[in-house]
Amino acid sequence: MIEFDGVEKRFGDHVVLSELSFAVAPGEHVCLIGPSGSGKTTILRLLMTLEKVDAGTITVGGTSLSHMDKGGTLVPADDKHVREVRKRIGMVFQQFNLFPNMTVRGNLIEAPTRVLGLSKEEATARAQELLDLVGLGDRMDSHPTQLSGGQQQRVAIARALAMRPDVLLLDEVTSALDPELVAGVLTLLRDLGASTDITFLCVTHEMGFARDFSDRVMMFDGGRVIEDAAPEKLFTAPEHERTRAFLHAVVDR
Amino acid sequence: MDNLGTFLSVLSQGLPFTIIATVGGIALTIVLSFVAGLALLSSSRTVRIIARVYVEGLRGTSEVVQLFWIFFALPVLVGFQIVPIWAGILVLGLNHGAYGAEIVRGAVQSVPRAQIEGAIALNLTPAQRMRRVVLPQAVVEMLPPFNNLFIQLLKSTALLSFVSINEITRQAQQVLVPRFNPQAFEIFLLLLVMYLVMSLVITAVMRTLERVAAARVGRTPSARSRRQATGAGVA
Ligand SMILES: Nc1ncnc2c1ncn2[C@@H]1O[C@H](COP(=O)(O)OP(=O)(O)O)[C@@H](O)[C@H]1O
Ligand SMILES: [Mg+2]
Repeated sequence: MIEFDGVEKRFGDHVVLSELSFAVAPGEHVCLIGPSGSGKTTILRLLMTLEKVDAGTITVGGTSLSHMDKGGTLVPADDKHVREVRKRIGMVFQQFNLFPNMTVRGNLIEAPTRVLGLSKEEATARAQELLDLVGLGDRMDSHPTQLSGGQQQRVAIARALAMRPDVLLLDEVTSALDPELVAGVLTLLRDLGASTDITFLCVTHEMGFARDFSDRVMMFDGGRVIEDAAPEKLFTAPEHERTRAFLHAVVDR
Repeated sequence: MDNLGTFLSVLSQGLPFTIIATVGGIALTIVLSFVAGLALLSSSRTVRIIARVYVEGLRGTSEVVQLFWIFFALPVLVGFQIVPIWAGILVLGLNHGAYGAEIVRGAVQSVPRAQIEGAIALNLTPAQRMRRVVLPQAVVEMLPPFNNLFIQLLKSTALLSFVSINEITRQAQQVLVPRFNPQAFEIFLLLLVMYLVMSLVITAVMRTLERVAAARVGRTPSARSRRQATGAGVA
C-alpha cells in the first residue's frame, strides 16, 4: 500500500532522510518509534504531500506521489494528480489542527461536501455516525474550543475518517494531551484498527500502544530504519544496541 | 453661542458629502485591500510585482497630490472631468486600499501553517483553503487595524475641500469662518465634535464586527485580550 524507495529528504544542507526504503502492506498497522529529530514526522509529511522528496520515490497504492505517466514518460506530478493520490490518505496531527472558524459539524462535513461531493445531508449523516463512533455523538454543534484536548483529537480522527482514506497517518496524536485523556484516544485507535481495514502508519511514544496495536514496529534513528520487526520481538528481544538504549530511556521515563 | 443653530445647519449641509465620501471610500478600500493584499501573496511573480507597485506607489506619495492629480491632471489626459465626489472616493479608496493591502497580507500570513496543512490533508483545493479556512480566521485579525484605517479615511475626507467638495471642513472654512470670524474657536470646536462622533460610530460598528468574528472562531473577547496580554501566539 505504501512504498518508499531510496527516498532522500533534505532541509537545506541538513539531510534528514537518505536512501530510505520500506513498504507497508494493505491493512497493515505499522508504528514508527525513535528519538526526537530522527525524521519520523518528515516521513508522514512526505506521504501527506506536505513536503516533497529530494530523491527516490514514494508510492501509495501503486501511484507515485511525485510523478505521473504522461504519454509513456514520467513527468513531475501536477495538482490534479497529487489531489487524486491524496484522496487515499488521511492524517491526524499532534495539535489536532481543527478549524476554529467552524463547529464540529463544519469540520466534519466541509471536505466531504466540497471534495467528495456529498450532499449536506449525506455528509451530516456520516458525521453523526463517526461522532457516535468516537463517543462524541452529542457534540455536533460544539465549537472546537469548547472541547477538551482529548475530545478535539477524537473529532480530528473522525474528520480524517470522514474522507474514507485507505491509509491513515497518525503523528504522535496523544503527545499534546493531558495524561488522563490519552487512554481514551488510544482505545479509540485500537477499536478502529480492529474494526476497519485501513492501513495505519503511526508515530508514537506510547510503547504499550505500539506493542499491542501494530503488526510491525520500525525503530528510527538519524533518518534510517535501525530495526524493523514484529512488536513482540522488538520490545522483548531488540537486536540493536541503539533500540535497546532507546527503549530503556522511554520506558524508564 | 447664539449662532449655534446657524453653525449646525451650515455644517450639516456638508455632512452628506463627508458621509458619502467616507462610506464610499471605505467600500472601495475594502475591495482594493483584499484584491491587492491577496495579490501580494500570489504565487505569480508578475501579480506580486504589480500589487507591490500599487501599494508602494500610493503609500509613498501625498494624498493631496494624488487628489490634485486625479482632479486636474487626469481630465487633461483622458479628456473628461470626473464628478468631484467620485474623484474623492477614488483617491480615498486607492490610498487607503494600499495600506489595507498590507493589513490583509499580514493577517493572512498570521494564520498558523498548521491550519493550511489540516486543509491540505483533507484535500481541499488552494482556493477552498483560502476561502473557507484561512480568510475567516484572518478577518478576525484584520478588524482592529481596519478600524484605525477607516478612522484615518474619515479624517482624510477633509482634504476633499481642496477640490471644492462642500464637505464639513470646507463648509466651516469657506462659509462660516469668513462670516463669523470672531467665533472661529466655536466653529472649529463643533467641527472637531462632528468628526469625533463619526469616528465613534465607525469604532462601534467595528467593535461589533470584532465580537461577532471572534465568537465565530470560538474566542471570547477576554480570551483574546489575555492572549494579547501574554503575547502568546495562536496554537
Ligand atoms: N521545515 C523544516 N525545516 C528545517 N528542518 C526541518 C524541518 N522539518 C524538520 N526538520 C528537521 O528534520 C529533522 C527531523 O525532523 P522530524 O521529522 O520532525 O523528526 P521527528 O518527528 O522524528 O522528531 C529534525 O532535525 C528537524 O529539525
Ligand atoms: Mg515528530
